Amino acid sequence: MLLFLIAVGLSLIFGVLGVLNFAHGAFYMLGAYVAFQLVARGGVDFWLTLVLAPLVVGALGGIIEVAFLRRMYRRETVFQLLLTFALILILDDLVRIIWGSGPRMVPQPAPLGESIPIGGRFFPAYNLSVVALGPVVGLALWLALRSTHAGRIVRAAAQDREMASALGIDVPRVFTAVFALGTALAALGGVLAAPLRTLSPAMGDAIIIDSFIVAVVGGLGSFPGAFLGALLIGQVGAFGVVNPAFAQLQIAFPFILMALILLARPRGLFGG
Amino acid sequence: MTTNNPPALELRNVSRSFGGVRAVDDVSLAVRSGTLTSIIGPNGAGKTTLYNLVSGRLRPDAGRILLRGEDVTGLPPHAVARRRLARSFQVTNVFMGLSVFQNVRAAVIARRGAGRRWFADVESDRSLREDTQRLLAQVGLAEQAPRPCRTLAHGDRRIVEIAIVLALEPNVILLDEPTAGMNPHETLRIVALVRDLQRETGKTFLLTEHDMKVVFAVSERIVVMHQGRVIADGAPDAIRGDAEVRRAYLGGVVA
Amino acid sequence: MRLLIVALVALALLPFIATQFFLVLATEVLLLGLFALSFNLLFGYTGMLSFGQAAYFAISGYTVALLLVRGWPLPAAFVAGIVAATAAALVLGWLSVRLNAIYFAMLTLAWGMMVFTAAFQWRDLTGGSDGITNLPIDVVAGIDFADFRVFYLVALAVTALCAWLLWRIVHSPFGQVLIAIRENAERIAFTGIDVRHYQLAAFVVAGLFAGVAGALFVPFARIAAPSMAHWTRSAEPVLMTVLGGPGTFFGPVVGSAIFIYLRNFVTARTEFWNLVLGLILLPMVLVFRGGIVGFLLEAFGHTGHDDE
Repeated sequence: MLLFLIAVGLSLIFGVLGVLNFAHGAFYMLGAYVAFQLVARGGVDFWLTLVLAPLVVGALGGIIEVAFLRRMYRRETVFQLLLTFALILILDDLVRIIWGSGPRMVPQPAPLGESIPIGGRFFPAYNLSVVALGPVVGLALWLALRSTHAGRIVRAAAQDREMASALGIDVPRVFTAVFALGTALAALGGVLAAPLRTLSPAMGDAIIIDSFIVAVVGGLGSFPGAFLGALLIGQVGAFGVVNPAFAQLQIAFPFILMALILLARPRGLFGG
Repeated sequence: MTTNNPPALELRNVSRSFGGVRAVDDVSLAVRSGTLTSIIGPNGAGKTTLYNLVSGRLRPDAGRILLRGEDVTGLPPHAVARRRLARSFQVTNVFMGLSVFQNVRAAVIARRGAGRRWFADVESDRSLREDTQRLLAQVGLAEQAPRPCRTLAHGDRRIVEIAIVLALEPNVILLDEPTAGMNPHETLRIVALVRDLQRETGKTFLLTEHDMKVVFAVSERIVVMHQGRVIADGAPDAIRGDAEVRRAYLGGVVA
Repeated sequence: MRLLIVALVALALLPFIATQFFLVLATEVLLLGLFALSFNLLFGYTGMLSFGQAAYFAISGYTVALLLVRGWPLPAAFVAGIVAATAAALVLGWLSVRLNAIYFAMLTLAWGMMVFTAAFQWRDLTGGSDGITNLPIDVVAGIDFADFRVFYLVALAVTALCAWLLWRIVHSPFGQVLIAIRENAERIAFTGIDVRHYQLAAFVVAGLFAGVAGALFVPFARIAAPSMAHWTRSAEPVLMTVLGGPGTFFGPVVGSAIFIYLRNFVTARTEFWNLVLGLILLPMVLVFRGGIVGFLLEAFGHTGHDDE
């Protein structure tokens, strides 16, 4: 489900801005580290951090969009990709500088420390709430895009920049907002992931490839697609090695799936 | 048409829709070699779609397209081009970043199949250079040869379009609104060029145009399209007097 | 042209005056410069951005390592490595060129990471994360490849030869077709050119020369490791080309020299090489699109692309 949140952010940014944000994993990582700073170092309540950290990272994303990304929309794809790649490099090392290269931990929020029995197996309560939160956020976003005025504006800007602009929509502002939202989603994923795994400066790199795959398989720009993709990719990994003989194949599964989708149906399962 | 002298280009019941709209609706047309036929019609009549179908950019939903009797329906653009059909584009579609010379030379390379040669120095290939220069002289662009297309006037760019088409030594030439966006002086130049080419080369020309003066100046035959169908087809004088054509143009764009 | 010959002679004389450290660095510049040149054939000349060229670099490298360990002489292993890389580029390229720009970039990224994953996981064959080491590099036909000075000269000779071949390619009619594809793929299709066919050819040639670089890199580094296929390795030629300038033939090599020198300089003083690299890349992407070479050319009065 974490993969879903991150993939949704990526998909959203691509769907509206047309930019493939290589640096998306870095924002995920930032979310986790900001959470670390607030919770472990600052003693802030975890649930408050869940709201604060994405806001902080989203704001940073917005600033980056205005300062750098904005100039790149007219340029060829490659320069946009290179810009986001430069961002990864910078953000990765910034994290290293601020928090060091060593592993960091964020404790699980207290009320959810126990395990809940479901169907004969025990699941940690926190993990369950993460699983539940994913679709909730996703649904809320999808409804917002569909039904609210702001959502319609975003969809208009995504479909036809010039037309939207001609109709009086402040397209640059919409783009900034969407980029900020996308990175905030990645950061949300990071905050949620923080109690579950050790934080390290490499965590961004690890997640970006997987989230790419999820977004591509589901269809760049599609919410249901990101959901299905995250299910497909995430769950295969989550169940552990099913059969040792297929272990190698299982690791390669996400890539093979992506390659198959790109060859058979490049727009993805739900892509438009 | 006898079987041993097939029309240069023939369409049989060709149709193509987009969503629910029939852009080209059951069009049949036969074009004799060496003639100059204009296709006219109001915007949205289906002229460009027809061109896209013939040149391979689009596949027809139904019908057949034959080039000198050979069925080329559904072939991709490069395959159609190899069969000696060349088209120019309504929206100038040249290699903007390259010089005029390089633009035309690329077409010559393509025509000769020289693209396979990966080791020879393209600059020292005399015949390539001379052929390119000859083409540029033919269309009056010799002086502009080293200039990047990006720096050219609109009219000159349209001529580069035509030079590229000529470089392919086609039998059938499709010109898509060649005078679009040109001032009267440039327009006259194109008209003279097309007339001269037709006279000198005897190739088959198909022309779509909005400028009626041009149409009536060069055409031997005019085909009128409206909402995807052919509503009139004949010599310029006949078309001039056709009531349905007048109606289609809503009151007399026809000269 | 004369300038080049002088430069080449100067480079050939280096082993007699330079330190081992410098020569080793220079060898790396040459090999990665070749890798970057192969990338630029695809990117600068044909307009195709591949984020997975390291796949061919690695496939070649691993082939060489595996054969050396089994007793093959270096020259034979070298050729085998190139063949393997070219075959892989043919297969993967055929599958990939049908896609448009962004999806092509992603698919090539995926191929690269698949090779990485294979190298990482297939312990029995590749040694996993440890890689393949202890490569026996012997004297062949009187040439002691284990000597760093000799290896430098070999790398120089091979890189110069490959650069010459690439130069011929981009200045040939074939090269003009690639350039036309970059400028306006649709238009050139309407002249009778099967664009996919040429894109595949460019991809295979790029893979071939990436394979040459990889086949020499492994004996040079004395190890074949999964990192050779990682996307960060694929990003190196991209960075070098952007740094040096994609619009000129030698831009990527200049970029390689700058990149490696910089990396060396920076990592000796700080561990934050990524930050420095990112900060340098930013202005390159935002402002200096022609890279260093492009910038210099403009400053000295030439403008535009070196497409002649």
